[in-house]
Amino acid sequence: MKPVNQKAWFLVLPVLVLVAISAVIPLMMVVNFSVQEKASNGQFFWMGTKWYETVLHDEKFWGALFRSLSFSAIILAIQIPLGIFIALNMPRKGWGVPATLVLMALPLLIPWYVVGMIWQMFGRVDIGLMGVMLKDLGYNYVGDPVDAWGTLILMDVWHWTSLVALLAYAGLVSIPDAYYQAARIDGASKWAVFRYIQLPKLGRVLTIAVLLRFMDSLMIFAEPFRVTGGDPAFLSIELEQKSEELGWASAMSIIFFLIILAISWVFYAVMTREDSDSAKPEAAP
Amino acid sequence: MARIDLDKIRHAYGADPKSEADFALRLVNQAFDDGGAYALLGPSGCGKTSLLNIISGLVTPTHGRVRFNGDDVTGLPTEKRNIAQVFQFPVIYDSMTVRENLAFPLRNRGVRSAEANRRVSEVLDMIGLSGIADRKARGLTADVKQKVSLGRGLVRSDVNAILFDEPLTVIDPLMKWQLRAQLRELHKRFGYTMIYVTHDQTEALTFANQVVVMYEGEIVQIGTPEELFERPSHTFVGYFIGSPGMNVIPTTLDGASMRLGDYSAPLSTVPRLRGKPKLEMGVRPEYVRIGAEGIPAAITRVEDAGRFRIVRAAVQGHAITAIVSEGDEIPADPHIAFDPKGLHLYADSWRVDLGAGDAS
Amino acid sequence: MKQGRFTWIVPAIYILFLLTPIYWLISMSFKTNTEITGGFTLFPEAFTLDNYAKVFGDPKWRGVFFNSIFYVLMNTVISIAVALPAAYAFSRYKFFGDKHLFFWLLTNRMAPAAVFALPFFQLYYKVGLFDTHIAVALAHCLFNVPLAVWILEGFMSGVPREIDETAYVDGHSFPSFFTRIFMPLIASGIGVAAFFCFMFSWVEYLIADTLTRSAATPITSKMRAVFEQQGGTDWGVLAAAGTLTIIPGAIVIWFVRNYIAKGFALGRV
Repeated sequence: MKPVNQKAWFLVLPVLVLVAISAVIPLMMVVNFSVQEKASNGQFFWMGTKWYETVLHDEKFWGALFRSLSFSAIILAIQIPLGIFIALNMPRKGWGVPATLVLMALPLLIPWYVVGMIWQMFGRVDIGLMGVMLKDLGYNYVGDPVDAWGTLILMDVWHWTSLVALLAYAGLVSIPDAYYQAARIDGASKWAVFRYIQLPKLGRVLTIAVLLRFMDSLMIFAEPFRVTGGDPAFLSIELEQKSEELGWASAMSIIFFLIILAISWVFYAVMTREDSDSAKPEAAP
Repeated sequence: MARIDLDKIRHAYGADPKSEADFALRLVNQAFDDGGAYALLGPSGCGKTSLLNIISGLVTPTHGRVRFNGDDVTGLPTEKRNIAQVFQFPVIYDSMTVRENLAFPLRNRGVRSAEANRRVSEVLDMIGLSGIADRKARGLTADVKQKVSLGRGLVRSDVNAILFDEPLTVIDPLMKWQLRAQLRELHKRFGYTMIYVTHDQTEALTFANQVVVMYEGEIVQIGTPEELFERPSHTFVGYFIGSPGMNVIPTTLDGASMRLGDYSAPLSTVPRLRGKPKLEMGVRPEYVRIGAEGIPAAITRVEDAGRFRIVRAAVQGHAITAIVSEGDEIPADPHIAFDPKGLHLYADSWRVDLGAGDAS
Repeated sequence: MKQGRFTWIVPAIYILFLLTPIYWLISMSFKTNTEITGGFTLFPEAFTLDNYAKVFGDPKWRGVFFNSIFYVLMNTVISIAVALPAAYAFSRYKFFGDKHLFFWLLTNRMAPAAVFALPFFQLYYKVGLFDTHIAVALAHCLFNVPLAVWILEGFMSGVPREIDETAYVDGHSFPSFFTRIFMPLIASGIGVAAFFCFMFSWVEYLIADTLTRSAATPITSKMRAVFEQQGGTDWGVLAAAGTLTIIPGAIVIWFVRNYIAKGFALGRV
């Protein structure tokens, strides 16, 4: 049992100071700007909730929100099952294990702007491998919104599926052999093994994967910005494009942040509830 | 239930075994009778789990054959051998209820619901879980979970044998005792062939009719707990069984006697030995007498174990342990003698059989 | 679990999919711009190292590579340094508000960069740290410190507190105990945390770009500048620079590969 010791606050102080500077102060600045307007003489005066109302009535905001949510829904629908499927088929022993892990992790370590650049170079119909090959089918992400969406989705799947697969792999590998042996003795089919042994064990890991991907995909900026230059505009892109309008951008920032916060609260609630459920807590990233 | 025959089983886990040391199982020839309760007893790494897995089919032996009721099953995969196995920690399907857990093997084999329900209810009664049949398996305690694991093995009417791999490892001591008693009950009532792997001699001795002691990949002795105690075939058996274990002291042969310094213990016949084996004398602490007669000894320590005392002494440079009951006195000038009933001769660690009665 | 003989095909196809755009990037880096824009070639016909020569030879390119690595390393060191005592506190003690504090910390990991870009810009400008490496390093702490605390706390909780107590009985002061006894025990945890800090700081774009102008700009900022320049995009150089950004990540992953494989096997990443 952990002893109570208020002096522990001193150990936490450096973190507190650092994160306070990084988080609290900027956030306060944003809140500040979100309730004020700059007049022509440079002075700020109080606006109350006007900016918030403006944003919430602005179809650009709702458009961006809708686009971001749709994007997230689509990529989740692809990445989660795909990631699980790949994890189920990844090698468990031998030289294949480190080789697979290294190669699959590669996209995760590329700077996001470069990811966008890679896909731009890959998808352009003049210089890109994919672009040229698909040109005759009428593909061109520059003009066609459907093609643009398709390219961005493909890029995100390329970029992040490995994360889901690696997390799922970690979960699968932690299942003791005895479970598979018992299943053999019980005469279970492959589907039954998946449904009753693997899927339940994957539950917690998948929750983390889903929530991480959901939130990160809502916040995406650099990659689509580089590929399509800001059209379709997701939440972050919309925010960046309106950053000159301090009040508007700040109000939208707060709303945006609150959305993310709500999701992460769900995240935390689900995780800690699962912790108290299971008898053996496992460490997970 | 089936009679299980192990025919010249040898097994190595590595791809290219070069010496005996690479084999997890050196040579096992053993028959397990139909309806017998056996314990495979031995220290970690002696091969007992390997042997169990070879019987269940989870491992295919590199040499030798396994037979159930005379049929060669060596090539058969686990699911076709009709065995039940209970593992070290409870393996249950968390998302199902207890009843569904038990029904699972039957459903996988296409047994009709009416029949399956009947079997499941029967087994639930047998293991005393009818009361919680419809509870979700997830929140149950370890011992109940192990019973559910056991139940899944019992539902199939055609089970050849039930195998246990150290099943009480995660159970706490009080429940351990209860579960052991219940397993014994089950065996008495239904006559299953049960093979139980453990490294705990108490578990083995209380559970089994026949204990199979294993050491370094071989079976060194099989017998009832009494046989193992009174006539250990191997110095390891003597050391492993009983607490404290048997005393093993180097000795020399003088015709029909074992000698320890001046002391001489006569044997019933002259032992026939091949070559020049390492000779040792084995005698359990229960058969060591401390009194006025015998070899002079120096007592190093006396431990009080309640009903008796454990006396650690040294005789001619060798450590000896003796058990002295509560009331007996330890003389000031102690001498050690051995009760001939408990005296054995070991050549290269194996007991030399001297016919009826070993020492005169 | 028994896997069929052909299950390896699935990860193989997936890896092929992953490597194809990367191959394209690399092959472009070995082509001249005329070849790139002229016609379509699957494989560099006029193989050239000019693009790499331009990158290595240009002090501005070298400068931005240095910038990136520098602020990433700075951030990793700072994040780990402040996270260690905090994680220790969370792991070993109960104190007023500890659960709420932990939760609040984790939420910062989820902060959208776009929301913080502008206020960071104003804040660091005001304190005169705009366009410095330390600014980016500190700003990235917003995400990395919570992550580091989370990871380290997990590893620390795996060390029995009897070890701490024994050390005090043996006469160690807290700093001595922490540096000489405790840290070696959680070395792999520090490694994992450092890896994630490095990785996240290395890939992040928006904040690093916003907080710098010329002195501390990351590679990606220069790439954007080259992309937007007049007179045609220098695809070859961009491809070469892009390829070079993949290398640090690949190297790090290569070195920790067995660690990670083992970590998976033990049930904790």
